[in-house]
Amino acid sequence: MITMEHVCKSYKIAKRNAGFGEACKSLFHRKYEEIQALNDVTFSILEGEMVGYIGPNGAGKSSTIKILSGILTPDKGTVFVDGRIPYKNRIAHVREIGVVFGQRSQLWWDVPVIDSFELLKDIYSIPDSMYRTNLEELTERLQLQELLRSPARQLSLGQRMRCEIGASLLHSPKILFLDEPTIGLDAVSKLSVRDFIKQQNKLHKTTVILTTHDMQDIEALTRRIIHIGKGRILMDGTLEDIRQGGENMDETIAELYRSYDIYT
Amino acid sequence: MADRIKKSVGLYIHYVSIHVRSVMEYKTSFWLTVMGQFFMSFNVFLGIFFLFQRFHQVEGFTYQEVLLCYGIVLMEFSLAEMYARGFGEFPGMVRRGEFDRVLVRPRSAVLQVLGSKFELSRIGRMFQAVVMFFYGVFKSGVEWNFLKILTVLFMLLGGMAVFTGLFWILASLSFFTLEGLEFMNVFTHGASEYGKYPIGIYGNKILLFTTFVIPYALVQYYPLLYLLGRRTHWIYMAAPLLALLFLVPCGVLWRFGVKHYTSSGS
Repeated sequence: MITMEHVCKSYKIAKRNAGFGEACKSLFHRKYEEIQALNDVTFSILEGEMVGYIGPNGAGKSSTIKILSGILTPDKGTVFVDGRIPYKNRIAHVREIGVVFGQRSQLWWDVPVIDSFELLKDIYSIPDSMYRTNLEELTERLQLQELLRSPARQLSLGQRMRCEIGASLLHSPKILFLDEPTIGLDAVSKLSVRDFIKQQNKLHKTTVILTTHDMQDIEALTRRIIHIGKGRILMDGTLEDIRQGGENMDETIAELYRSYDIYT
Repeated sequence: MADRIKKSVGLYIHYVSIHVRSVMEYKTSFWLTVMGQFFMSFNVFLGIFFLFQRFHQVEGFTYQEVLLCYGIVLMEFSLAEMYARGFGEFPGMVRRGEFDRVLVRPRSAVLQVLGSKFELSRIGRMFQAVVMFFYGVFKSGVEWNFLKILTVLFMLLGGMAVFTGLFWILASLSFFTLEGLEFMNVFTHGASEYGKYPIGIYGNKILLFTTFVIPYALVQYYPLLYLLGRRTHWIYMAAPLLALLFLVPCGVLWRFGVKHYTSSGS
């Protein structure tokens, strides 16, 4: 379903020291530093798999997600998603994927959630019958009945996240990218979001790629874990591989980060 | 092709209807903004009014002729600000990372960016523009005929294209830098300010610049001369249509910007 081979991506970042004088200097002469966001990343994911993609901040997680969803063009390497090259054929590609950015909303702030859904129906040109079935199913499974008629600004974070996830599945995507879907949620909301994702994968064979810092998300949802640091794949294995370090996931992961010397 | 256009227009209207519904949530704020917009341009109008109390003519143009000219320009500007506000607010969209969301949706990026904002409150300014326009139409002594009405339509079309193009450039530049983009206001708001008077009065250099670089004179000065009967060659009437070409380099710049964005991700 998804293959990435020897993918590299680097950014130029403007750097300067603190201070007003330095700021003025940088107006005329800017120093750039090249940062290797992805360095020879290779992995493949099968249809219907659920994969946890973890690593410290700045490891290259979101660069990977951006490349897979067609937002970024890699410098080197080949990428195939469901037979397509995401960044070459953007419109055909994004029709088949759903993306949830945990920290950014795609709902309209001041109108009822259902209005946002209707707009998405139009954006994705979802046929009436498909829209109706999907809406009905998502409303029931995510318990949106009470929420659909309130504007997004009046929803709690947990309620809004449920609506976000619903919004990203209206067009029945085959692949779902979840970028920190449980960030900031309370325990009950976290559990219901996790349950839903699990169910979605079981019912519709949706391939799910999940980035998170919450190890419980990983434990609850995925068997396979891809671990990235400083742009390199450090480990591609199962939950058990990580568990060998001890029962406490957070400590094991922190230990892992330190041992690879990626946390600088 | 026709089907695609129909679908795009349909989607755009859907965006607009959501914006209108959003605005209705804050009625007081909306009406206050509308009034503010009206008084802002009413002040400009007063400026012209008092000027003509003293001088009666500016470089051979009468008060009524200037109002006709400014009415048309202000109409173009208000309309463009209404529907192309998405371009105007695009730097913020890039800064907040919302352009990523645009790219993961199966529609043209331009359509989605335009749809991201619709500034209904500009009808306040629009109202002022319409009043000035009709005053100018009846009092400027123009002998109206079919070709002259057509010229006004061309002016509106071309003018909207020029303003849209200016906003589009602003949006495209924000792919490369988010700092100092305010200088673009010199061209957008500046153009509508300069547009109060027929461009010709500012001298030859400005006229050349606004003919060949930012084709502002093409949609304002030349067709105005035709309307007032000072020129009769058809090229003066068709000049605004030439200004539509301005959108081509703007579109190229935009494409270039999108490409830069997808290769740098920032």
